Amino acid sequence: MSETRYTKSHEWIRIDGDSATVGITAFAADALGDVVYVEVPAAGKALAKGKEAAVVESVKAASEVYSPVTGTVTEGNQALADDPALVNKDATGEGWFFKLTLADKSELADLLDQAAYDALVAESH
Amino acid sequence: MSGWSKAVSNFTATPGVSGTYSGHRGLQIEEPLLFERDSEGRCGVDLPEPPRAKNRLGAHARTGRIGLPGISEPEIVRHFTRLSQKNYAIDTGLYPLGSCTMKHNPRLNEKMARLAGFADIHPLQPVSTVQGALAVIDQLAHWLKVLTGMPAVAMSPAAGAHGELCGMMAIRAAHDAKGETRNKVLVAESAHGTNPATAAACGFTVEAVPANARGRVDLAAMKAQLGPDVAAVMLTNPNTCGLFETEIREIADAVHAAGAYFYCDGANFNAIVGRVRPADLGVDVMHINLHKTFSTPHGGGGPGAGPVVMAAALAPFAPLPWVVHGKNGFEVLEKAEGEAAQAFGRLKGFHGQMGMFVRALAYMMSHGADGLRQVASDAVLNANYILASLKDDMSAPFEGPCMHEALFDDRFLKDTGVTTLDMAKALIDEGFHPMTMYFPLVVHGALLIEPTETESKATLDRFIGVLKALAAEAKGGKVEKFRAAPMLTPRRRLDETGAARQPILRWTPPKEPARDAAE
Amino acid sequence: MRYLPLTAVERRDMLAVIGVPSVDALFVDVPKAAWRDQPFDLPPHQGELQVERALARLASQNVPAGSVPSFLGAGVYRHHVPATVDHIIQRGEFMTSYTPYQPEVTQGTLQYLFEFQTQVAMITGMDVANASMYDGASATAEAVMMANRVTRRAKAIVSGGLHPHYRETTATHARFAGFAVEQFAPNPSADEDLAASIDDKTSCVVVQNPDFFGTIRDYSALAEAAHAKGALLVVVVTEIVSLGAIMPPGQMGADIVAAEGQSIGNPLTFGGPHVGLFATRDKYVRQMPGRLVGQTVDADGRRGWVLTLSTREQHIRREKATSNICTNAGLCALAFTIHMALLGETGLVGLAQLNHAHASLLADKLGAVPGVALVNDGFFNEFTLALPKPAAGVVEALVAKGVLAGVPVSRLYPERPELAHLLLVATTETNSEADMDEFAAKLQEVL
Repeated sequence: MSETRYTKSHEWIRIDGDSATVGITAFAADALGDVVYVEVPAAGKALAKGKEAAVVESVKAASEVYSPVTGTVTEGNQALADDPALVNKDATGEGWFFKLTLADKSELADLLDQAAYDALVAESH
Repeated sequence: MSGWSKAVSNFTATPGVSGTYSGHRGLQIEEPLLFERDSEGRCGVDLPEPPRAKNRLGAHARTGRIGLPGISEPEIVRHFTRLSQKNYAIDTGLYPLGSCTMKHNPRLNEKMARLAGFADIHPLQPVSTVQGALAVIDQLAHWLKVLTGMPAVAMSPAAGAHGELCGMMAIRAAHDAKGETRNKVLVAESAHGTNPATAAACGFTVEAVPANARGRVDLAAMKAQLGPDVAAVMLTNPNTCGLFETEIREIADAVHAAGAYFYCDGANFNAIVGRVRPADLGVDVMHINLHKTFSTPHGGGGPGAGPVVMAAALAPFAPLPWVVHGKNGFEVLEKAEGEAAQAFGRLKGFHGQMGMFVRALAYMMSHGADGLRQVASDAVLNANYILASLKDDMSAPFEGPCMHEALFDDRFLKDTGVTTLDMAKALIDEGFHPMTMYFPLVVHGALLIEPTETESKATLDRFIGVLKALAAEAKGGKVEKFRAAPMLTPRRRLDETGAARQPILRWTPPKEPARDAAE
Repeated sequence: MRYLPLTAVERRDMLAVIGVPSVDALFVDVPKAAWRDQPFDLPPHQGELQVERALARLASQNVPAGSVPSFLGAGVYRHHVPATVDHIIQRGEFMTSYTPYQPEVTQGTLQYLFEFQTQVAMITGMDVANASMYDGASATAEAVMMANRVTRRAKAIVSGGLHPHYRETTATHARFAGFAVEQFAPNPSADEDLAASIDDKTSCVVVQNPDFFGTIRDYSALAEAAHAKGALLVVVVTEIVSLGAIMPPGQMGADIVAAEGQSIGNPLTFGGPHVGLFATRDKYVRQMPGRLVGQTVDADGRRGWVLTLSTREQHIRREKATSNICTNAGLCALAFTIHMALLGETGLVGLAQLNHAHASLLADKLGAVPGVALVNDGFFNEFTLALPKPAAGVVEALVAKGVLAGVPVSRLYPERPELAHLLLVATTETNSEADMDEFAAKLQEVL
């Protein structure tokens, strides 16, 4: 049964056993505007919690995407290279950035659940 | 057979988007790229036959075509003339870009820069043959030092951002010379993007200093951020909100007490030139944009010049070359030795943007000390006139008076569906270049207006009237008009997303059609 | 004052609208200690006539290179710029326009920059070029920093044949940005073994072609050696007309080209403003510094141009920008574009042939002067002579005889006495055979 959590920097992580998929939320995608370019990490890359994992660019802004957890990348979403607009169209589905195996599941405890993330978004309006 | 595809034909049997057969609309001519012209056998220059001489290119001669089109002179003159007619310019009308100082570019400057004695001299000619050029550099340096109250000036930086690099490198060199390692630079939150980019390029980490509710640097916050690891503080004064930093001397004192240097971005010098000296404000180093305050033309993006005035503590580290008074006239110090022993090195080739020096000096001589004082006065007067006239129709985040530029935010557009961007595009249809949008970042949807002193009251009144009317229309719900703007320009809104997703950064020759297999 | 439209009456009316008694009241935030009532110790305003006289006097204290036979090069070259160029760049719509941030009203600037980018890519044999840098020296430093970003390494190997100003500018950035440079010594008579120094910490190898002394080389093998170790090849060109006659860097396998474009469209102007050229391969485009113009369509589907990939630049990326450059060389790039358009394929090739023929002819004439030896076997339009006396003194003596004889290498390498007898001589289409004969004769007189 997969579970989704969020970071304060607007990344989402969908956990499935010992692996997870990471992307940015629709709120973040909206704030960026039309995404024009995405750089995803390569398979095998080691990521640390809170450190830069990917880059997403729109016409008017460029942003780092931070890894919510420590782990090793199993796959970067190559579809984003051809169609960066997927991030805007389906941020939580086809617009995923990378998948990774988790090194330390206890890190998930710090992340926000759906209710807490929704509250964060509501606050910023 | 021509190696090139046929010229793009503008003729169609039925009128297209333009409503005309040719695609042109009156004086607005659709002009293809140079490379799209049929060019067999044409050339825009006549060259003599080369004399007979041994070929010494060895095995390295070029083989294969470059691919450049050949075009005659009349077609080239027409091509570029037509392109020019698609451009707005200061010569066309008001260009109210905040912090850009789009003032009139006097033609006297152009005439002086083209004197053979200035334009046709090589930088490495023996110094005895270029004493007049070195005198120009020396005189311009003198004007800059007197106007700013600073004892030294580095003349070589090629633009404001380059000057920032120069200033920050001098600061790093000064700390190194004292044996101090300070790796942090504090930059005002409202700073122009070049400030943090420059600090990072010099190996510093950047920390933002917040603004207070009055739009000025939060002195208490800055004091808390100062420490033995801070090399410098970078501010702009007047700041990018168009406001004079009221506590600037306290800021300078705090910075100095912490052993750091005060870098001032001189982009807004037009507000105080001839009236206030940065040295009297506690500034240690400041770049001056000759293409802003001193009228050298913007040229569609350059060239500029960014000489950097320096306090005595930083002067020894100024980059090479130094123009100095020697025994037999002017000399150029090009190596880090003697009095220039601590110079931090070179930032570019040769001596600096001489062509811009001549222009700026002609401008300074024309205005004189009294004229430059009037420049700042009129620049500030014009901006305040705009602020006072529009603060009820639009929304100003800070109480006046402002300096040479007036800042508005997008609160007056709240719930209208019209954005700052839409307002700017609607202004284009009214015949005005938009003001600076979305900068500074410290207010939402910023609109920053800098008229400069070379605008007449009649122009300002027309501009104010148009903004009042547009603001009223936006509040009156005419959203579609704003979203569709501009309608009257050579091109309407352009797809910037598409341009960034699939970058096409040059023309590429089309592939030759494949030969029919049956032939 | 002629540049100030406001009248006393208007100022009064405006002050009334603002609601203050005087302009001084608007400067209320200026600290008392910085307030100045008296004008500065500088001359008062002057009319055009007086300014012209003063500046003409200073201009007359210089010897224009066109007024005597002159043979200076070393990174700045005296070419003939067609009259059309200067006329067009003085059109107010070009000269007094700003950076094209509002593309709907600056398609003129954007289109010529797109044409400029195309021309630069074509002549260098590369995929893509930017809309200009300040000059060749700063472009070279930026090329090294770009190579560092692309390879994520921090050491550059720099040829001794790189122009000393370019070398010094790169060294300045190395010191402050924190990367290392392995600098080979200048040596006009021997080939360097740059490949041997490349290791897995090398970000790039930087060479100049033709080099500072005028020698032309094929760097294809060096490109392969660099690529084999994951490093990039940066090729620098200081005399852009050479690309009309010699193999372009792109064909040799260069990854980045940093060049000076002054020779096309731009007069000497004592070394500035000039125009830096910067070109690279498609795959590195997002790491490029500087502005880029891209093609797109507008709301009516018509082709147009915009500044693009701006997220690399300072106004968006701020401290993570690829460079801090904002204003670049705009109008100088336009001058380049117009001149290159006038030349076209046949003109650029013809101009290059003419330059080379003149240089070859001059080299023969000067080489025939007793005691003078030509150092390079091959060259484009600039070569090095070995004189029997220090070259700086010879050049001074020739000034007195009305010839600007070239650049003594010691002017740029004063700390290298072993190079003090070398003279860099450049010639272009602007030197007549009579000029050359006069040079040769007077050189013989002073030696």
